[in-house]
Amino acid sequence: MSAPSGITRVTLLKDLRLEWRSKDAVNSMLFFSLLVVVVFSFSFDPSAEESRQIAGGLIWVAFLFAAVVALNQTWAREIRNQVLDAYRVSPAPANSLFTAKVVGNFIFVSVLEALMTPLFVVFYRLRSLGPVWQLALVAALGTWALVVNGTFFAAMSLRTRSREIMLPLLLFPISIPALLAMVQATTAILNGEGARFWMALLASYDLVFTTVCLLLFETVLNAE
Amino acid sequence: MKKAFPILGVLTAILLVYALYQALVVAPTEQTMGAVQRIFYYHVPSAWTAFLLFFINFGSSVYYLIKRCATADIVALVCAEVGVVFCTVVLITGPIWARPVWGIWWTWDMRLTSTLVLWLIYVSYLFLRRFSSGGQTPLLAAALAVLGALCVPFVYFSIWFFRTQHPQPVMGGGGSIDPRMMHALLINWLAFSCFAFLVCWSRYRLEKLSREVDEAHAMQSLLDPGGRAL
Amino acid sequence: MIENTPVPVITVTNLIKQFGRFAALRGVSAEFSGGKLYAILGDNGAGKTTLLRTLAGLNQPSSGEFSILGSRKFHDICEQVGYMAHPSLLYDEMSGMENLEYFGRLYGITSSARCAEVIWAVGLDPELVRPVGQYSQGMRQRMSLARALLNDPKILLLDEPFSNVDLHSAGEMVRLLAGIRDRGTTIFIVTHQAALLEGAADEFVWMEAGKIVERTLDLKRLENIGESTGESKR
Repeated sequence: MSAPSGITRVTLLKDLRLEWRSKDAVNSMLFFSLLVVVVFSFSFDPSAEESRQIAGGLIWVAFLFAAVVALNQTWAREIRNQVLDAYRVSPAPANSLFTAKVVGNFIFVSVLEALMTPLFVVFYRLRSLGPVWQLALVAALGTWALVVNGTFFAAMSLRTRSREIMLPLLLFPISIPALLAMVQATTAILNGEGARFWMALLASYDLVFTTVCLLLFETVLNAE
Repeated sequence: MKKAFPILGVLTAILLVYALYQALVVAPTEQTMGAVQRIFYYHVPSAWTAFLLFFINFGSSVYYLIKRCATADIVALVCAEVGVVFCTVVLITGPIWARPVWGIWWTWDMRLTSTLVLWLIYVSYLFLRRFSSGGQTPLLAAALAVLGALCVPFVYFSIWFFRTQHPQPVMGGGGSIDPRMMHALLINWLAFSCFAFLVCWSRYRLEKLSREVDEAHAMQSLLDPGGRAL
Repeated sequence: MIENTPVPVITVTNLIKQFGRFAALRGVSAEFSGGKLYAILGDNGAGKTTLLRTLAGLNQPSSGEFSILGSRKFHDICEQVGYMAHPSLLYDEMSGMENLEYFGRLYGITSSARCAEVIWAVGLDPELVRPVGQYSQGMRQRMSLARALLNDPKILLLDEPFSNVDLHSAGEMVRLLAGIRDRGTTIFIVTHQAALLEGAADEFVWMEAGKIVERTLDLKRLENIGESTGESKR
């Protein structure tokens, strides 16, 4: 049996290949967050100063909604033809699958963010007063927080009726602290203030939830 | 056991009446807020009771994950349900109190906000229990309960920091509290906890009974395949 | 009725599986010995698929127990079991070879040659670049069988392998499976097309309402119990 990390790698590559062929998740995410951006900019017509204050919230709400689209897609792919059962009867460890899915979603959502951020900058005339690398760090930590819980809850909602509705119902309440931290950190950095506390909070949130999700995933995967 | 339930019921009723008397008559009227402050004796004990129930929910969920014991699952379910009810009471009495005192119905005050988030988390727990069908429900619910409980410290920290950045009217916490007020508060908490325990107990019996009925039906379909369409 | 053979590879003891109020398995007890081909027959809802899924560790039995190859935990011996479900268990967007290479890795099989070998074995071409989603039902079914054979299992659990496969290909699949059985693999086939397996199967197992009611070599006997065992599709 190959090492768990090897299985994670091949599963991740398989997911990337499937996504490359269908582009279901990335396309729908992109279009969806584009819609959110446009709708938001109709709703508010902010000056450069105001937009610095609200941009953090807007960006993350857009990404959160878009991430839900991607998260529902990842497991939908495994449910079609019940491919997940083929994984479950194999000796491959459940956590390799989970890790691969989390990393895959992290890549998808990061790609989305990289593509959408310029749009936000243009539409809202954004200019950061703080260092941009800090924004990137907040984005990475925040995205991880969303996808690690999101992947877990999406797997959980597989076992429920009307799973597509279930995911946001489970994900949003538990993500509130992370979301608050992302929004506050982003706003603080955009305005040239320090965001050390929020980054530390996000990092520890990531750490705790990654650990617990890894501990519980096998149980959830094999619940029937 | 069967006799204990009505006895406890009567005791709780007496305790509740006594607590009401304590809160409305014995405790002195607060000087700045006036009589409306007396809602404090319902607001705070409800909150404590809700937190206690959520804590029990967490404990029994962990126990369920380790031992897979059906009783622990029922306890977790019951505590979440009753906890959500008490949490709702907190969220309703909060604004009722805030309106005359602060002049606003709602403020994103730290305690109110974190209680709201807590309420959201446990409502989503109940949603999961409702939407998942079959034997996996306890397992999924227990996993969510653990994640939800772990989220609580993060909720508190984030909102605490969020609020200290943006000062808002905060409930007058500091200062010494009149011993009669403290007494009334503790009596009320005791009464509320007894009441919560009573509700949990009867809900527990109901849930157990309904599971026994399900099991009996399952037994029947086991013995008589024709009886499937019950 | 059951031949006396040494150590059974699968022992099932009073297996019960309930879905809510519905009992899919109502106390299945049986022993199956190694190197045989068992055809599991029965009407819809008789519990055939549930039995197979339980043996494959995909269902937790409500009560009762089973042991496979001397182990009570499926996970310990899962490398020696091949499982084919009614759905294909393949990714529609990838070619057959890509699918098998991925699933091979889950079993620690890194050689493409092994993947090609099983694809040849089921009568398909490993060079085929078409994604599995564009295969015909019969081809997909055979590719699915190839996936189950990939780890050279000691026990094969097959759920409806012949559904939507034309008679000629089905006959070839039966010959292939009989050959695998002759090399010592124990095979369970859940099917509605019992007639296909006449001559190849070592035993017909008839299930009814969550129980095994008859085990026989003689297909004619079963026709007295169930209605039509030879019906083509589900």
